[in-house]
Amino acid sequence: MSEKKDDGNGFQYGHYAHRKYLMIAAGILIAATVFFIDLFFSIPYISPSVLFEEFIHPGGTSVMHVILWDLQMPTVIAGIVCGAAFGLAGAIMQTLLNNPLASPYTLGISAGAGFGASLTMVVGLGGLSILGTYMVPAGAFIFAMLATGGIFVVAKAKGFSADVMVLAGIGLVFLFQALQSLMQYLASPDALSGIVFWTFGSLNGIEWNEVAMIFALFVIAFILIYRKCWALTAMRLGDRRAEALGIDTQGMRKWMFVLVALMTSTCVAFVGCIGFIGIVGPHVARMILGEDQRYLLPMSCVCGAIILVLADILCGTITSGREYPIGIFTSIVGVPFFFYLLMKKKTVKT
Amino acid sequence: MIVTVDNLSFCYGDARILEDLSFTARPGEITTIIGPNGAGKTTLLKCVANLFKHDGEVKFDGKEFERKDLFEFLSYMEQNTDLDVDLNVFEIVLLGMIQSLGFYVSDEDIEEVYKVLDLLEIRQFADRKIGELSGGQRQLVFIAQALVKNPSVIILDEPTSALDLFHQYNLISFMSRITKERGCTTLMTLHHLDVAYKYSDNLVIVNDHHIYSEGSPKEVFTQKMLRDVYRVRSTMMKDEDGDEHFIVLGPLET
Repeated sequence: MSEKKDDGNGFQYGHYAHRKYLMIAAGILIAATVFFIDLFFSIPYISPSVLFEEFIHPGGTSVMHVILWDLQMPTVIAGIVCGAAFGLAGAIMQTLLNNPLASPYTLGISAGAGFGASLTMVVGLGGLSILGTYMVPAGAFIFAMLATGGIFVVAKAKGFSADVMVLAGIGLVFLFQALQSLMQYLASPDALSGIVFWTFGSLNGIEWNEVAMIFALFVIAFILIYRKCWALTAMRLGDRRAEALGIDTQGMRKWMFVLVALMTSTCVAFVGCIGFIGIVGPHVARMILGEDQRYLLPMSCVCGAIILVLADILCGTITSGREYPIGIFTSIVGVPFFFYLLMKKKTVKT
Repeated sequence: MIVTVDNLSFCYGDARILEDLSFTARPGEITTIIGPNGAGKTTLLKCVANLFKHDGEVKFDGKEFERKDLFEFLSYMEQNTDLDVDLNVFEIVLLGMIQSLGFYVSDEDIEEVYKVLDLLEIRQFADRKIGELSGGQRQLVFIAQALVKNPSVIILDEPTSALDLFHQYNLISFMSRITKERGCTTLMTLHHLDVAYKYSDNLVIVNDHHIYSEGSPKEVFTQKMLRDVYRVRSTMMKDEDGDEHFIVLGPLET
């Protein structure tokens, strides 16, 4: 095997690669720590020791069992998985669009989902009413995929150029936001409150089968994306250089976009438009590990998961029982940390 | 590997950039494409590397290849070296072997990268971010990327554009040595005519969408060619070793 070869003269790639693996392992450890903190410490009025006892010996009182295993556990796992998915999606979008401001939402996925959810809350969506509680997620997913389809058609006509995709995305964002504003204008007070809450996103109330669905899609997308990690790294050199290395940049952009859109739309459909993680997660990972996507992709997942779960902890601790949208807290947690990293980052003086 | 270009034509929209170009590049030789600005030199290289769809044939040892198969044995270096990305020099050079890299980078691959960094004397930059280097240093990094997989065909677009005089001569003499030692086929474009004259085995002069002339430097470098293609007055002189050099006297009077 590999990457262990060191050379006695100056830079040693083997050590350099091992340091990156250690960083990822440290990140996973931190993610595991915040996972358990969120699991045991963020429910107000219930002692962490009682929850821990239920965790070690499941089947205590039925109330504790329901709180830990049916409410808190799926919520925290959803935080980890959605955070990881948003982080991964953000890293891919920033690479594909060669744009540091890109996120999974740049191409109108969240705007489409937001409008779809609003539409179902305000006027219903005909046949979707048979889906019961899944009506809103289904509406969100359908419109997120419609937005994806719109981008796909325009991008295909223009050879999947990054600039065209971003511009088409901006157009769709404006369109769906206008339609969503219309829905808010028409909505009843109850529906309006639901729309606003959904727009900021929430992990609460997510169920095991939904977590399983998100997890399965995330794992499949991660495996398929990760197989192309070298090609994605080459794309960081720009399309022309990547093509000169034999990479089919158009094909990469097409299939990566479809995978990211499917993964993000599914997450957004169940937890709403939780913002910022798709931008800040990959940036934090990049500042720590650089652009080699073999390390950047898993680290973006880890960073996204940590930020979302930290936000959930903050949400549970500060609001003390009152339910606030978690999207507000992802920014409150993420922005100061992001600023700290930006200021710490070495820059080339010109 | 013999590269045979046969009746190659390329249009960009309605504009005809290259028309019926044919020439051959042989192993162990440097074939240099020269010509004035906008003659289509870069376009020609991109067509040879199958990066642009074109009419006509480009064959490698008598066979045509799909792009994904072509890059198994062909390396292409872009003209533009501007890049600011969080990858260090070692990682950028490593990407030159992208077709054969597994998830873990093998000891042999690491050794190949070190070897080519030593060959180009840029090992001291191995851990530096590419954006921290000068244009000339970046150019050497991308040449290292092109050489690292020991390709049978090397295509370099203006490899000396950011280098000072010493490094221009040094690099092309190095490429000449590598080409002969490895027996690879090297195709490049150059603006520096004296370097092209001194180190090329075969020169292809492109002008006005066509090949103006092709052959050894002594055959094709004439005052007439410089007048017709570059629109300059020139004279030839011999140095103390008897080697011929041309001297450009100035632009043709209009």
